[in-house]
Amino acid sequence: MIQQLGHLPMGWLLLALLAMLASGGFFVGRVQAERFSGATGSVRVHSRPNYHGYYVAMWTFVPALVVALAYAMLGEGIVRSLLAGELPANFQSMPSVELDVYLDSIARAAFDHGYGGADRVFSAIANRFLELQGMVKASAIGLALISAACGFFLARRKVAPSFRARNRVEGGIELFLFLCAGIAIATTVGIVASLLYESLRFFSEIPFWDFLFGTRWNAQTSAEFGALPLFYGTFMIALIAMLIAAPVGLFAAIYLSEYAGPTVRAWVKPVLEVLAGIPTVVYGFFALLVVAPAIRAVAVWINMTLMSAGITAEPLLAAQPTSALAAGLVMGIMVIPFVSSLSDDVINAVPQTLRDAAYAMGATKSETVKHVVLPAALPGIIASLLLAVSRAIGETMIVVMAAGQRARISPDPTADLTTITVQIVALLTGETEFDSPKTLSAFALGLVLFVITLFFNLIALRVVQKYREKYD
Amino acid sequence: MTDAAPAPFRNEKALKRLKKRRAADMRFKFYGMSAIAFALAALSLLIISILSQAMSAATYHIVRYDVVLDPAVIAPPGKDKPADVARNIDGFYDLLRDNLLQTFPDVQGNRLETRQLGDLLTRLAVLPVAKSVAANPTQIGQEMTIKVPLNDDLDLYLKGAVSPEARLKLGAVEQGIETTPGRVTLSGANAFKGLQSLIAAQRAEVGDAVDARSILVTAGKSTGRVVSMSADALEMDLLTGSASDFNAARPLARVIALPESQRNVSDDQIAWTLALKDMGRISRVPHFSLLTHTDSTYPELAGALAAIVGSLLTMLVTAFIAIPVGIFASVYLEEFAPRNRLTEIIEVNINNLAAVPSIVFGLLGAAVFLGFFGLPRSAPLVGGLVLALLTLPTIIIASRAALKSVPPSIRAAALGVGASKMQSVFHHVLPVAGPGIFTGAILGMARALGETAPLLLIGMVAFVADVPTGPTDESTALPVLVYSWATHAERAWEPMTAAVIVILLMFLITMNGIVVFLRRRFERRW
Repeated sequence: MIQQLGHLPMGWLLLALLAMLASGGFFVGRVQAERFSGATGSVRVHSRPNYHGYYVAMWTFVPALVVALAYAMLGEGIVRSLLAGELPANFQSMPSVELDVYLDSIARAAFDHGYGGADRVFSAIANRFLELQGMVKASAIGLALISAACGFFLARRKVAPSFRARNRVEGGIELFLFLCAGIAIATTVGIVASLLYESLRFFSEIPFWDFLFGTRWNAQTSAEFGALPLFYGTFMIALIAMLIAAPVGLFAAIYLSEYAGPTVRAWVKPVLEVLAGIPTVVYGFFALLVVAPAIRAVAVWINMTLMSAGITAEPLLAAQPTSALAAGLVMGIMVIPFVSSLSDDVINAVPQTLRDAAYAMGATKSETVKHVVLPAALPGIIASLLLAVSRAIGETMIVVMAAGQRARISPDPTADLTTITVQIVALLTGETEFDSPKTLSAFALGLVLFVITLFFNLIALRVVQKYREKYD
Repeated sequence: MTDAAPAPFRNEKALKRLKKRRAADMRFKFYGMSAIAFALAALSLLIISILSQAMSAATYHIVRYDVVLDPAVIAPPGKDKPADVARNIDGFYDLLRDNLLQTFPDVQGNRLETRQLGDLLTRLAVLPVAKSVAANPTQIGQEMTIKVPLNDDLDLYLKGAVSPEARLKLGAVEQGIETTPGRVTLSGANAFKGLQSLIAAQRAEVGDAVDARSILVTAGKSTGRVVSMSADALEMDLLTGSASDFNAARPLARVIALPESQRNVSDDQIAWTLALKDMGRISRVPHFSLLTHTDSTYPELAGALAAIVGSLLTMLVTAFIAIPVGIFASVYLEEFAPRNRLTEIIEVNINNLAAVPSIVFGLLGAAVFLGFFGLPRSAPLVGGLVLALLTLPTIIIASRAALKSVPPSIRAAALGVGASKMQSVFHHVLPVAGPGIFTGAILGMARALGETAPLLLIGMVAFVADVPTGPTDESTALPVLVYSWATHAERAWEPMTAAVIVILLMFLITMNGIVVFLRRRFERRW
């Protein structure tokens, strides 16, 4: 009997239960309120019947929901720890990872309706697992019902003509809205906490300074964790990207806001934004398919010309099939709209009176732009460049596909370099266990990435905000 | 007034300076134009290079086999239950390969050539046939026409993507005589003069490397590889067919630039493929299997169905979480939040989250959803959760802009007739801001659809052979499929990857199209 309970489809059951509780509470509350509001004129009723219904529904639904969520998060863990506590002594001495694997297989066998094998210990444990599961499930449902009933009766007693049901309901909704807004904070806290927690575990094994300033990176074999080559590669590729994106984006923004007519603007601006809408994996494919081979061909040609001219004896450039230049170039193209769009906004925000004053002094358009508009828009432009840099540093797919895997410090842009993001992907794809320094190092890299981009973003946001206030 | 003193700005020096300044102005304008030209050129290069690759994957070659479904081969006694037939890939493969061997009888006995001929057909390609026969066992023993994709390398060859190739129609050949077994001499007055000059031209270009190039001469079903030639006679190794096919024919010569040792397809395989094509057994058809098949290790059998379904499931989870939460959060921040320190922190937080690299969200998903909550790896549920957190700031920012654009008069009017704050927001402000909010939501979803990095970290990069049926099944997503196909070594994956990119872009274009439509239709100026 209890074993049968172990097979209960809890997800659907709890959902149905919650829906029933909510609608039931609503009707009871509403009907009760209608009774006194229907009696004409005798009493002054504060809230309409529906709000009484919502009020009762709210108090029935929320306690049950809390229980359901608690079950969803903890239920499996409780069953497992109960079972683990009951296992014979020789299981207790097993390493925790092995025990987990064993319990996984028990759970799988239990849910597939029976284990047909001959291992009697295994099948006994599987049965016991189902029993415990059934007990936990039954008690979860019972608890949900009891808490809902408590809420229901408490709320029902309050329903009265003078009861301010609407205000209470609205208060509840406002709290719910606040919780939704709080998810953003919870996300940040989650990011910081998980990165910090795993990174601290990593730094308890690898000294912090060795990680930050070591020059040899060989994490796949859990041997060397000097991240300097990764920082170098990230910096190098972001630099190449910004060498493309900064001038192109800036000049495009200047042209669009100062020179172009409304028709050109109406067409070119959305097309530039398309560049920002293309998934980065598509850029990565483009880099791998078109740009990297082209750069390699050019590098080989340069090598040949230099060698045949007798200037160098050895090939000067590395001419790798994937290269920092290819990744940086394509990333630069991707980042153009981030520079141009924000710069365009801030240039447009410069008051026309400043321009008119410059023209009145006889300045040409380019002089006005250079000496009046750009200085006035400078903080905003710097902010847009910072945001673009942060975007370039955190970009993943282009570098994963076109930058390479080799951690080294080389000034040659045609050599393959690796970046923080490439290594995070390389370390965390495939089977991951959360105990080896190899996996943990990915979180340490993630922490560095988060801190760097946070730094750039905060400065940029601060600058943008300050600047907006100035001309509003 | 004619003899006014010359203005100080009009002297020669000033004019010269003015000219210089105007030139600087023109230069400046030119820089701006070239910046835009550069960006547009990069965009067009990107789109053209992907489209041209994808075009080649839009069609593929299939081979027709007219065979009798011999029960002894496909359903031998003891293995004749439908379930066995459906699994009998070897039997069906042998059936079709034997058909090829009958078509090219001269191969028999040569093990290398037999293997090469068998490679025209991928073993796993017969699986759908086996399944359909198993579902309809009355077909066993009957004659049947089976269509199976051609090997991907030969498919690429027929599409001209294996190697540059010069083609030349030869002069009239009088006759072909088999001098020794496998050696054929063609004769015809001045028939080979054009080919000779073609080779001479190539020799001038690349030197002796031309000797390594294969020259194939084809007439009808027969193809030979040239050994030597003069203007009037040509000696060749017959690869397939018979010498008599060349009698009174005008054969076609192909000079394949890539030497045989450097290609995945041999001259023999090319000859057989050309012969099959001449028999009308190879046809080029639209590549629908790209949409109806799941992933495979063979490019000609692979499709994106599992990834499309995986992406849809992921997007569903994302939409169900991110859109409501985003809207409610923006309503709170825009309409209810008191101006205090906490609200300010939330706002800075959201702006900052919007700029956090997506891979950091992947780390969050790996540590919290997989590590802490123990949710299943590679599941759309986890992918959807991570992408929901990722798009939440985007949606909140867009919704807040939409709410901000609703004029205060609407709120004031609602409050004036006695609505509560909550009623004014939910009954009046939200409906008016609806289109704007919806637009922001779609844009957020479009961004989520293209995200790859966070999905890699939560394991959605696994090879998935089955279409996922629920949000906790193992699954992959379209952009991740692009990544995993792009990193395969075989050439045939390139056009396939480009085709998947086109599918992905189609989804994105549709979503953005809806946005543009909504903006045009519902845009209101107050």
